[in-house]
Amino acid sequence: MAPKDHNDAFVAFDRVQKTYDGEQLVVKDLNLDIGKGEFLTMLGPSGSGKTTCLMMLAGFETATFGDILLDGKPINNIPPHKRGIGMVFQNYALFPHMTVAENLSFPLEVRDIAKAEREKKIARALDMVQMGEFGNRRPAQLSGGQMQRVALARALVFEPELVLMDEPLGALDKNLRERMQFEIKHIHETLGVTVVYVTHDQSEALTMSNRIAVFDDGRIQQLATPDELYEKPENAFVAAFIGENNTLRGKIESVDGQFCRLRLHDGSLVMALAVNIEGVGADSTLSLRPERVYLDVSTDTHDNVFEGDVKELIYLGDHIRVRMDVCGNDEFVLKMPNDSHARRLKVGERVNVGWVKEDCRALDPS
Amino acid sequence: MAQADASMDLDTGRETSLERMVTADGIPLKRSLKRAERRRKLFALGLVAPLLAFLLTVFIFPIGQMMWRSVDNPQIINTLPRTVEALEAWDPGADELPPEEVFAALQADFAADQELPRRQQGTGSLGVRLNYEVSGARSAVSRTARQVDGFAVPYKDEFLDAHRLWGQPEIWRVIKRESRPLTASYYVQALDREYAPDGSIQLRDEGQRTYISLFLRTFALSATILGLTFLLGFPISYYMSTLPMRQANLLMIFVLLPFWTSLLVRTSAWIVLLQQQGVINSTLVGLGIIGDDSRLSMVYNMTGTIVAMTHILLPFMVLPLYSVMRGIPPSYMRAAKGLGARPWTAFRRVYFPQTLPGIGAGGVLVFIISIGYYITPALVGGQSGRMISNEIARHMQSSLNWGLAAALGTLLLVSVMILYWVYNRLVGADSLKLG
Repeated sequence: MAPKDHNDAFVAFDRVQKTYDGEQLVVKDLNLDIGKGEFLTMLGPSGSGKTTCLMMLAGFETATFGDILLDGKPINNIPPHKRGIGMVFQNYALFPHMTVAENLSFPLEVRDIAKAEREKKIARALDMVQMGEFGNRRPAQLSGGQMQRVALARALVFEPELVLMDEPLGALDKNLRERMQFEIKHIHETLGVTVVYVTHDQSEALTMSNRIAVFDDGRIQQLATPDELYEKPENAFVAAFIGENNTLRGKIESVDGQFCRLRLHDGSLVMALAVNIEGVGADSTLSLRPERVYLDVSTDTHDNVFEGDVKELIYLGDHIRVRMDVCGNDEFVLKMPNDSHARRLKVGERVNVGWVKEDCRALDPS
Repeated sequence: MAQADASMDLDTGRETSLERMVTADGIPLKRSLKRAERRRKLFALGLVAPLLAFLLTVFIFPIGQMMWRSVDNPQIINTLPRTVEALEAWDPGADELPPEEVFAALQADFAADQELPRRQQGTGSLGVRLNYEVSGARSAVSRTARQVDGFAVPYKDEFLDAHRLWGQPEIWRVIKRESRPLTASYYVQALDREYAPDGSIQLRDEGQRTYISLFLRTFALSATILGLTFLLGFPISYYMSTLPMRQANLLMIFVLLPFWTSLLVRTSAWIVLLQQQGVINSTLVGLGIIGDDSRLSMVYNMTGTIVAMTHILLPFMVLPLYSVMRGIPPSYMRAAKGLGARPWTAFRRVYFPQTLPGIGAGGVLVFIISIGYYITPALVGGQSGRMISNEIARHMQSSLNWGLAAALGTLLLVSVMILYWVYNRLVGADSLKLG
């Protein structure tokens, strides 16, 4: 799915820069290749430039520098209505004065498709999102989830090869959002259409995407598959932004092949995987997932073992979240599975915690 | 709950079962609810009352008075009760004078009226009333009434000597026809119609028709002004709706500027600009675009009325349009373009239909206000720019035919209400968005 190189890409951003005021770059040197049929998510906090990228691709914003290519052809000077890209907007943008069927008919009418053909396509698109019964309703008579489905159907009804989605599930409640995530994913798999999806919700990105581009400060911080992104973050921002993360800060003491030793600020020494460090003596941030930290372990099996104070216990049903003070960090969190032989911890107790060096990644100081 | 169930078992019906539902302190639920509701209603009434009283006294009541005046007709029946009775037997269709008994009754009526103290005498208003229908009737009545004490039998000859009008069947027909306390004659006149000798209603001669063409002109002028305010107001409203708030507010001040200037000053300014020796004509002559002898006449005619009223009414179009346009998110246009519509198609099919509530509101405001507009046409309208309100004012102030003025006013009110009803049927008044 992911393109092998620049020429293989269906959508390509080539050294794209964007500024609104001529003083600050909102998008700084963006290079991104998206393969045909891929589901690519642009994930990042607000103001990170992801929506601007989407708007440039749709044609509502122009790139200040660089090229955007669609199917090998530069599209910088093609107006949006000639790009043939489907788009789902954050607030759905269903035309309030038209019925659902008329909304779906609109992109077909402007393409001069005959009436019989139009009706067939509308019916097929509405059935695809299970809204076949609602053709005569007005958008105001629909619930949020239904409007979302109609917006999706409208973006797909004229069979575009590329569909853009700008935080389409942002306005839905949690349950509906999760169901719609699966539906969009299934529609993508069935139709084989290329989707570029913008969101600030990481679980949405992890659920749906083939690849995720994490944006921050106008740059792609990491472009990877969901599992790689979660398990192998390449810098401190990605590690902190995706999933829960324990952060320990210190200085590199020695580097030994792919591993290194860090002296933390409280004096303890930690073995870690050297991922993104500048060398001996440099500052570094250690990233460690809570579920990779174990209780009551010894140095025989785990490379790093420390004593810590239990500060807080939060019961979450399937697991218990334990907040501890470890290595001078009192925000240190681990997840204890709530199984039958789980140990009963008490606040204030002192326990051993440990982890293997492969799970602990030494990253840039951030 | 248990209490309600018990009473249901007794089969006493729903009403009693609700009666039995009581609050914690034993008061029946319904009564307690009513008490709470009553307090709320009184409170609401208290909020509305001052304005309601104000409107009733200065708006609804005068309008009722006005409408009443358009049909009120007490003068003849009050002053000439005997004459009216004697005329019962007379056939107005036959082209001859009534018999001697009628003249005797008229003499008695006039004599009785003369007996009354001066302030209660009815002959003055009777003369005015008859004069609306037959010119010269006013002097006929006042002159005859003064002499009537000296009249002797046969009264017929004495009356004919006193004033020639008593010798014409026309005046007797009017007295007989208008002898009821209510009349339609003002409406007949307001619609350019008149009574034929046989009592049927017919259209007036072409040269005497005034009001229907004036009504039509009023509507046509209002429609033109509506069209112009729309053409001028739509683009500026659209532009303002795309601007950041600060700049939009600044522009809005310029649009609202006419509101903050006295109407008289604005209209006079237009006279200064538009008159033959005015700024525009002089500039055009100075630039050599028109010759000195062919200066355009742009004021004291229809052009003057249209220009000045368009200027004055423009804010009424811009304000609702702007507020509706502000509420249309730009994502609709983006979505339309993204779906493949050219900019013009996107505008026509997606943007424009959503501005309709604003166009409707602005249109209704501008049209209804301009239909009843008075001061501007009076100042800059000349003869061809006159509107129906100017005619109403003339009847109120100079011809003093208040009944006719009231009938014209009522017709204007009714036509506005019909227009509003049509608008409501076509577009729906609930879709109006005034801001």
